[in-house]
Amino acid sequence: MSERASVRADEADADEDEPEQAPVTTGAQSVVRALENAGAEYVFGVQGGAIMPVYDALYDSEIDHVTMAHEQGASHAADAFGIVSGEPGVCFATSGPGATNLVTGLADANMDSDPVIALTGQVPTEFVGNDAFQETDTVGITQPVTKHSYFADDADSVGTEVGEAWALANEGRQGPTLVDLPKDITKGETDVEPAAPKRPDTYDVPEEADDENVQEAADALAAAERPVVLAGGGVIKADAADALRDFAFEYEIPVVTTMPGIGSFPEDHELSLEWAGMHGTGYANMAITNTDCMLAIGTRFDDRLTGGIDSFAPDAEIIHVDIDPAEISKNVHADYPLIGDARATLRQLYDAMPSAPDADEWREQCQEWKAEYPMDYETPDDEPLKPQYVVERFSEVTPDDTIVCTGVGQHQMWASQFWEFTEPRTWVSSHGLGTMGYGAPAAIGAKLAAPDQEVVCFDGDGSFLMTVQELSVAVRENLDITYVVLNNEAVGMVRQWQDAFHEGRRMASEYPWVPEFDKLAEAFGARGFRLEEYDNVEETIQAAREYDGPAVVDAIIDPAENVYPMVPSGGDNGLFALNERHLEQL
Amino acid sequence: MTGGMPGPAPDERMRPDGRRNTQGIRIDPEAEVTHEPREAVLSALVKHEPGVLSEVSSLFSRRQFNIESLTVGPTHDDGVARMTIVIEEPQPGIEQAKKQLRKLVPTISVTELDQQNTRRELALIKVSGEKPDDVNAVADMYGGKAVDATAESVTVELTGSKQKIDAAVGAFEQFDVQEVVRTGTAALERGADTLENDD
Repeated sequence: MSERASVRADEADADEDEPEQAPVTTGAQSVVRALENAGAEYVFGVQGGAIMPVYDALYDSEIDHVTMAHEQGASHAADAFGIVSGEPGVCFATSGPGATNLVTGLADANMDSDPVIALTGQVPTEFVGNDAFQETDTVGITQPVTKHSYFADDADSVGTEVGEAWALANEGRQGPTLVDLPKDITKGETDVEPAAPKRPDTYDVPEEADDENVQEAADALAAAERPVVLAGGGVIKADAADALRDFAFEYEIPVVTTMPGIGSFPEDHELSLEWAGMHGTGYANMAITNTDCMLAIGTRFDDRLTGGIDSFAPDAEIIHVDIDPAEISKNVHADYPLIGDARATLRQLYDAMPSAPDADEWREQCQEWKAEYPMDYETPDDEPLKPQYVVERFSEVTPDDTIVCTGVGQHQMWASQFWEFTEPRTWVSSHGLGTMGYGAPAAIGAKLAAPDQEVVCFDGDGSFLMTVQELSVAVRENLDITYVVLNNEAVGMVRQWQDAFHEGRRMASEYPWVPEFDKLAEAFGARGFRLEEYDNVEETIQAAREYDGPAVVDAIIDPAENVYPMVPSGGDNGLFALNERHLEQL
Repeated sequence: MTGGMPGPAPDERMRPDGRRNTQGIRIDPEAEVTHEPREAVLSALVKHEPGVLSEVSSLFSRRQFNIESLTVGPTHDDGVARMTIVIEEPQPGIEQAKKQLRKLVPTISVTELDQQNTRRELALIKVSGEKPDDVNAVADMYGGKAVDATAESVTVELTGSKQKIDAAVGAFEQFDVQEVVRTGTAALERGADTLENDD
C-alpha cells in the first residue's frame, strides 16, 4: 500500500465517525469538491507546475487519479470513460504543453459528442498575457473544439464554474468542456462551497419533440414503401437503444446504423443491416440509397456516411430526430425535423404511428441484398493471416458485452465490420476526428468505466506506435485489457488510398521496420504474444484473454489485404466497390 | 493487392432515380429550389463578458459564413451586449448561422431582422483642409457635419445606411480623402418589437 493509499484508508475509517466533509478553504479544494459533488470517480491526468494546487487538493479526495503517460492519453482515456459510463470523463493537465497536448482529445470528443471535462492549470493571473513560462492561451486554443471553455477568475466561484462545466458536458448533446485554472485562483482562499452542478441558463435542452411534427413524421413513415431507420451515435448517448429496438421490432422497419451508432441495434437481428458509409456493408448502403423514407436519429450526416450529397438517399423523405437544432438540415435537408431527445422522441413516434408501413417486399429486398453482398473474405489455408479472421475469432469467443476499442485505420474498419455488436456502449472508437493513437489510452478509460466487462483493443502498427507509452499505465493499474495489433508494417489505409487514387505511389506509408510488439509489451511489463499462424489463433486468443493484466498480441497479417466494401470519398453509396476492379470502373 | 468481396458490379445494381442539390435538398423535377445568396441582418444579445467577440468571430470564420459587418456594444443592461452581424448567404446558410450562433453558451438570443429594419452606420472621414467651405457643402448634402478642422484637414461625421455612407465616401474623393473609419452596421427592428421578447 502506498503512503497515499494508507492515508486514504485511515481517513476512510475516520469518515465513518464524521460523515461531514471538511469545509473548503481554497479554490483548488472547491474545484475538487465540485467534482465530488458531480459524482466523479476517476481523473485521468498528468501533474505539472500550474495544476499542482488542484492535485494537492485531490490528495485528500476519494476520487482516484490515474497518472497517464501523456496528456493526449489522459484526454482519450477520459473520452472513452465518458462513452462507456455515459457520464463525463475527467482529465487534468498543467498549463502550456500540458494543455496543448489535451487538444487532440478534446477535438475528438467534440466531433463524436463524447462527455469530457478538462481542467487545466494556468499561470497566475498577474502573468497572463506576458508570455510567462508554460503559458498558452488555453481558452483561445480550445474554444473552437469544446462546447465551451471557461477561464476562472475568482476563487469563490471557481467550484461552481467547474460544476457548470460538468453539467454542460453532460446535458443536451454531450461534448467536451474545459475550465482553465490560474494558479492564484486555485491557491486563493475561499470558504464558499460550490453549488450543485447546473447547466448555464442560456443553454436550452429540448426534451420531447413537437407533437404535431411527430404526427406528420409518423404518418409519412407509415405510408412509406421502402422505410429505413438510420441510427446514429445519439441513440446510444440518449440511452435510447431499448426504445429503438421496441420501435423497429413493432413496426418491422430495417435498421442501419452509422459507425458511432454501432451497438444501438443488435447486429444479429434479421432487421439489422449493420452500418452504412464508406466501408459499411453493401446491404446497408443499398438500403440507405434506395429508401423512400428515412428515420434518421442522432446523426449529423457526416460525409463518410453520406458520400456525395447529390446521391445520398435521393428518393427519400427524411425525418431527422436530433437534440441539437443546428444539426437539422445542416448537411441533408430534413423534410420532417424533430428536435428532441432521441429516447423521448422515439417513444412519441411509437405512439403516433397509425400503422406499420406496408413493406413486405422491401424487407425481402433487404434480405436479398444480404445474400448478394455478403461480408465474405478470401480465406486461404496458408499464411499470412487474414485480419478479418482474427477479429471474427475474437468476436466468437468473447461475451456479448465485451467492449471493443480501436485506433484509426484499416484495423478499425475490420474490427467494426467483422465483430458482431449487440449491445450499446461496447464500441469505443474515434470517428469524426479519426485520431490515430486513440485506442491504447481509450482502452484504459473503458476498462475503468466497466471493470466487469472484457475489453479488447484492436490497433494497427502505425496507430499503436502513436500512444504506445500508455501501456505503462495499463501495467501500473494492472488493467485486464487485451490489445491486438493487426500488424501489416504500414499505415495501411493510406497505402490503400495511394494504390487506388495515386497510381500506387506509396509515399511515406510503408514501414521498413516496426518494433516487435510482443517484446515491446514485455519491456513495459505487459504480456506479449506473437501470432503468425492459423494453427495458433485459438490458443493465442485464449492465453491473451486469460492473462490477468494487459496483454499484447502482435498479429502478423497479410500486408496486401485491403478494406472493402469501399465508397470513394464523395462517391455514390449505391456504387460501393467490392474489389479493386470495381474501383477502376468508378 | 488482395481483399475484395463477392457481389454484383456497381453498374448491375438497383438505382434510385432522384438526386439532391448541393444544399442537400431533393431535386423536384416540377420546381427546382436552389437558394441564392442574400443579405441578412442578425441581431444577437450576448453575455457582456471577456472572450465573447472572439468566440463569435471564430465561429463565423471556421464555418465559412460570409460576414459583411459585425458590430458589438453595450446595452441598457450592464450584463448584456448586443451584436449586429450582416451576412450574405443562401437561405440554408442564414438558418445555419443563426442556429450555430444561438448554440454558443454566452448567446442569450438571436433574431434575423426583417428587411424593413432600421440600419445605421457611423463614419468619420478625414479630407484635405484646402477647401473647407466645399467640404461643408458636401457634408450638408449627406446630413453630416465637420467635427474637427485644421489648416491641413477637415474631419466629417456622418451617419446613415451603408449605401449612403458608400455614396458619401465617393463624393468626398474630390477632396483627397486621407482616412476613413466606419463602425459597421447597427440595426433595430422597426415598431415595438424587441429582441428580449422574441426568444
